[in-house]
Amino acid sequence: MKRFRARVRVMPRPSILDPQGQAVSHALGELGFRGVGEVRVGRTVEVTLEAATAEAARDGALSMCQRLLANPVTEDYTLEAVEPA
Amino acid sequence: MKVAVIRFPGSNCDADALAAARLAGAEAGYVWHRSADLGAADVVVLPGGFSYGDYLRPGAIARFSPVMRAVAAHAAAGRPVLGICNGFQVLCEARLLPGALARNGGLSFVCRQVTIRVETDATPFTARYRPGQLLRMPVAHGDGRYVADAATLDLLEREERVVFRYVGGNPNGAMRDIAGITNEGRNVVGLMPHPERAAEAVLGSSDGAAMFALAAAAAGV
Repeated sequence: MKRFRARVRVMPRPSILDPQGQAVSHALGELGFRGVGEVRVGRTVEVTLEAATAEAARDGALSMCQRLLANPVTEDYTLEAVEPA
Repeated sequence: MKVAVIRFPGSNCDADALAAARLAGAEAGYVWHRSADLGAADVVVLPGGFSYGDYLRPGAIARFSPVMRAVAAHAAAGRPVLGICNGFQVLCEARLLPGALARNGGLSFVCRQVTIRVETDATPFTARYRPGQLLRMPVAHGDGRYVADAATLDLLEREERVVFRYVGGNPNGAMRDIAGITNEGRNVVGLMPHPERAAEAVLGSSDGAAMFALAAAAAGV
């Protein structure tokens, strides 16, 4: 078994209002940043895991996304990277 | 009637729910989330609070507690389950109810009295109310904005599974003013407001008391 680090990005779905993003957008404007449009706030989750191959680590990470890391009603996930840890 | 109030690490309305159930004449006890059985309970209450510190998403981790397998089996058998606030969030995360509870539209935590309208009496928890009845009880949540896709919302309305709606002000931006819903079998109900905090006059309202009383009759126990 080898160790891998999977990086997952979880973002609110475009169809779901993101009040946190709106608040950050507003604050950036208050700070004087000009031309700030939409801001969306999500999260990045890093998981180190053991797997036989990178492919298996990838499958494991995707399964984690489906079962726990993202809520399919409100969030989209992207598996950004699976690298040796 | 025997009521099981589930306790997760971070539950904080468990004592209130227990008191409301006892006030309604039920035999009520706590069940710790690590337990795999519900101790022959007729009715399960998932109380409010911040299970697992709301880490990741409210209810996301609690839904994998061992007790939730027993709760799912209880629900699948058609027996009554009531999820209040965090309990509602747990039920949605567990897919025992459709949709999700997202961050409040106004971002701030809301803690105040609201008015909700009973939309259906065809659940074990609303059988002692009449449709259209207005209830006063508090909300206290940061993530109470009910969201679901349009098809799910239409289905809920068509099947009269919206159980409670906010009237005279929507505290969290919930879609279609939804404060509570039920499942296809109509035995699982989740709501964001706190009936257990409105279970006797000294609390400022006793409008929530019947939610605990009626479970007995409807459950046939």
